[in-house]
Amino acid sequence: MMTSPRLSSSPLSSASPVAGLPLLCLQNVGKTYFTSAGSFVALENVNLEVAAGEFVCIIGHSGCGKSTLINMVAGFSTPTSGSITLKGQPITSPGPDRMMVFQHYSLLPWLTAFENVYLVVDQVYPNKSRREKREIVQEHLELVGLAEAAHKRPKQLSGGMKQRVAIARALAIRPEVLLLDEPFGALDAITKEELQDELLAIWRDHRCTVLMITHDIDEALYLSDRVVMMTNGPAAHIGEILTIPFERPRIRSRIMEMPEFYELRNRALDFLYRRFAHRED
Amino acid sequence: MRILHSALKMGYHLFRILLPLLVDLGHWLLKIGQGSVLQSSTGIGSSVSSAPSSAWRQRVQIHKALRRVLLPATAILIVLILWQIMYSRPGANLPTPLQVWQDTWDPLIKDPFFDYGGNAKGLFWQIWASLRRVFIGFALAGLVGVMGGMIIGVNRWLYEALDPIFQVLRTVPPLAWLPISLAAFRDANPSAIFVIFITALWPILINTVAGVQRIPQDYRNVARIVRMSGWKYFFKIVFPATVPYIFTGLRIGVGLSWLAIVAAEMLIGGVGIGFFIWDAWNSSRISEIILALIYVGMVGLLLDRITAWIGSLVVAEDH
Ligand SMILES: Nc1ncnc2c1ncn2[C@@H]1O[C@H](COP(=O)(O)OP(=O)(O)O)[C@@H](O)[C@H]1O
Ligand SMILES: [Mg+2]
Repeated sequence: MMTSPRLSSSPLSSASPVAGLPLLCLQNVGKTYFTSAGSFVALENVNLEVAAGEFVCIIGHSGCGKSTLINMVAGFSTPTSGSITLKGQPITSPGPDRMMVFQHYSLLPWLTAFENVYLVVDQVYPNKSRREKREIVQEHLELVGLAEAAHKRPKQLSGGMKQRVAIARALAIRPEVLLLDEPFGALDAITKEELQDELLAIWRDHRCTVLMITHDIDEALYLSDRVVMMTNGPAAHIGEILTIPFERPRIRSRIMEMPEFYELRNRALDFLYRRFAHRED
Repeated sequence: MRILHSALKMGYHLFRILLPLLVDLGHWLLKIGQGSVLQSSTGIGSSVSSAPSSAWRQRVQIHKALRRVLLPATAILIVLILWQIMYSRPGANLPTPLQVWQDTWDPLIKDPFFDYGGNAKGLFWQIWASLRRVFIGFALAGLVGVMGGMIIGVNRWLYEALDPIFQVLRTVPPLAWLPISLAAFRDANPSAIFVIFITALWPILINTVAGVQRIPQDYRNVARIVRMSGWKYFFKIVFPATVPYIFTGLRIGVGLSWLAIVAAEMLIGGVGIGFFIWDAWNSSRISEIILALIYVGMVGLLLDRITAWIGSLVVAEDH
């Protein structure tokens, strides 16, 4: 029943991940939480390689350990077993090469959109001049279409705009890997699609590597090169990896018409709602 | 009972009659203020405006604002009338409002600034003396509370060691500190200031600690990613994130200080509104006590509002 992730790439696809050394490498990663109630094995034997420039989505039921996994990649916590390496170097602490976009925006409410981005740019590029740093901020706010709202505080921005600022802030420091933990989970359907398209366009221009968590199958299929599907916890691991063959740039309406899209979608649905149906669902 | 009933009824009718009139008056004044053409002077509800919705909104706003003034004013009026009626009989043990007015008009109300030397000073000076003590004690409490709270908030061990002590000390009533501070300082004035300090300290300290501890994990994570630490992390993230909590503490602290100073001054004597009240009681000048109480209440309210107002300026509206 449990297929090894390596063997399970979709038969629809002949394309393998971009050749060359993987940028990000997770080997036999496990995470056990030790709490007063005893120990809880959240993840066990997670193996994943992400190539430079790849867009990878992780999906799984809530509580299966997706955030646990991405937090270890970010360096907020360390695996209790196995190893995570970025360009061959083990990840030991958070760093600007792995910037994260959080579900709840995490903008500082007392700073304007501009100042929020400037704060991290200033911190990451201490040697750049004030003007250069301001230009970087401006450029990235324009990238997400928020040049006009630069002087606004988070409270004055809609959810979609806040998440745009968070994306601008993340990209402004040029991370090797952009980590997104359910970034569009709290947005309405239309805003969500807008942001997905913007993220795709930015990713295409920047050629950054993206590791994104979502629980939206369509979102994962539309955006990513590969969809990593996690089994349920405790001791969750990667159950299956779908390779998404659609060529880029992707056009939503066209992809929605493709029979392959539905084949992949059915496979994901089958995985999530039959083979690993959530007990509470 | 009949008196009560008729007074209530009177107030209610007064209110009903006055409200529409005042609404109309306010509306009219606003229009003149905006320099627009007067076309609604024909009476209630007959105004024909080119922008009916905005005119309507204005009307509703004026209505609301007037209600906020008129309802309490009516309530006060009713209380005063009842009080006047109930204590008008001879031999009553409290003066009536009119009596209070007559007794205190000259010189207390008329001239708050007189100074005949010693304790014989106008109410401005009495309140000023109290405010000065409150200000010094409160400022010290703010300084110690915020700085101490920051340090304890970021230090888990220190927090666990000290929190139980704070929880005990904060329940000690302010006046219970007075004898021990008199013993320590051997002087009335510093003792009163110390009582204010120790009264205001706990809410400020405890709120600051809570604020530091409740900094959202996401803010910390962002700081960790960009490797912001030390003083920069403190000034760019910890402090601004804690400011709303600090102001909650300051606001509670200033209220408690004002409560405590009046009580403390009764015991220490000298110039100050607390001893003024005590002195008035000792010489059976009940009217003066009543006047002083009204002033104390208004100053307390003012202190609270000023702190809240400063807070609203400092705290970004979106916290
Ligand atoms: N700090 C922690 N201590 C103990 N258990 C935790 C901790 N963080 C997460 N967990 C548990 O680990 C599991 C996975 O959590 P999480 O990674 O947040 O799931 P997901 O992001 O997929 O919804 C959950 O059962 C959760 O209760
Ligand atoms: Mg999660």
